[in-house]
Amino acid sequence: MCRVVDLQQAVLAKNETTAHALRTGMAARGTTVINLLSSPGSGKTALLEGELLLARERGVPVAALTADLATENDARRLARSGVPVKQVLTDGLCHLEADMLGRHLEGWLPDSTRLVFVENVGNLVCPASYDLGEALRVVLASVTEGEDKPLKYPTAFGLAQLVVVTKTDIADAVGFDEPAFRAHVEQVNPGVEVVLTSARRGEGLGVLLDRAMAVADGEPAHEPVMGRRHRGHHHTDGSPQTNGSHPHAHPHDCADDPGQSAYVTSAGPSAQPRA
Amino acid sequence: MHEMSIAMAVVGQVEEAAAKAGGVRAVTSVRLQVGELAGVVPDALAFCFELACVGTLLEGAELIAESVPGRAGCATCVDDWAVGTPPQLCCPACGQATAELLSGRELQIVSVRWEDGPARDRTPEPVSEER
Repeated sequence: MCRVVDLQQAVLAKNETTAHALRTGMAARGTTVINLLSSPGSGKTALLEGELLLARERGVPVAALTADLATENDARRLARSGVPVKQVLTDGLCHLEADMLGRHLEGWLPDSTRLVFVENVGNLVCPASYDLGEALRVVLASVTEGEDKPLKYPTAFGLAQLVVVTKTDIADAVGFDEPAFRAHVEQVNPGVEVVLTSARRGEGLGVLLDRAMAVADGEPAHEPVMGRRHRGHHHTDGSPQTNGSHPHAHPHDCADDPGQSAYVTSAGPSAQPRA
Repeated sequence: MHEMSIAMAVVGQVEEAAAKAGGVRAVTSVRLQVGELAGVVPDALAFCFELACVGTLLEGAELIAESVPGRAGCATCVDDWAVGTPPQLCCPACGQATAELLSGRELQIVSVRWEDGPARDRTPEPVSEER
């Protein structure tokens, strides 16, 4: 018997559901998750070192989790700030997923933690597709990476709630065109804030911490156009589908298999998109 | 290259749906919607899908990927446009950031085709000589 079954499930529905639960759970315990994305070598770790140290000086309980394919170098660097730091080795996986993050946070994250910074795997493609249950998604680009980076990686920059430019101390030397960069960010993500930083000179130090604290205090984060869902569109954010159809399977006869009829009964497969 | 993770998620969800339905012997095809802004490369996904299916109910299944163009609409101008790649998400008419993405982020399993029920009788059905 051959049959066609309508499933209508978001491919990443499981990750979205886990991320949604993680976000709710974190909010309930008073912790805000900040997801940092950038290409390798953009300066996520250097920026974070400064922010963690500052948070400690200000008495804000923070923690950091850093993901890499290999080595514990980043965790060692971040641990110098004196805040709880955990290295996640992805064993070659190019991105973090919500259940991986959840597993690593469970039993490790101190109860009093106000902010937890997650340094994602250095990669602007894959991590962009995975919601980690963060309350603030930050995308970084260094001045050496070219002004068109936001156009080359529209999903990453298009879903950012804050864009951080790093290494501005060498902006002149590399001829960084700030207005062009800002225009490109605006094209894919109108209205998102762009912050200039130099970990070496201390420019913009504390801005990330301030923005994260604002979100932790309940200020709404920027809502990117790319992340907004049109009503009637298939939602993948853990909320119920609003396309008007029931999320169940409709078995049909296979059009090219007329000799076989499908059972069209209530015993048909139940294909709920979420458990 | 997260297409392998995506392919494995597709395989996992189809296997789950098949297990719920019961009696599925083989999945012959899976139809996906892939939005222009979903951040997924269809060719890479097709390659990974074939590998992810090996040893599962989906072994040898065909992946049918429908591309969904990105479109955005402006709340102020009541206008909508094809966003293109890289996407233009500011309203081309008023330049305002009041846009809403109408389509283009889909990464959705639309339907699957599978074989279920008792295995077919091995006795060849009578067919006319012309076929």
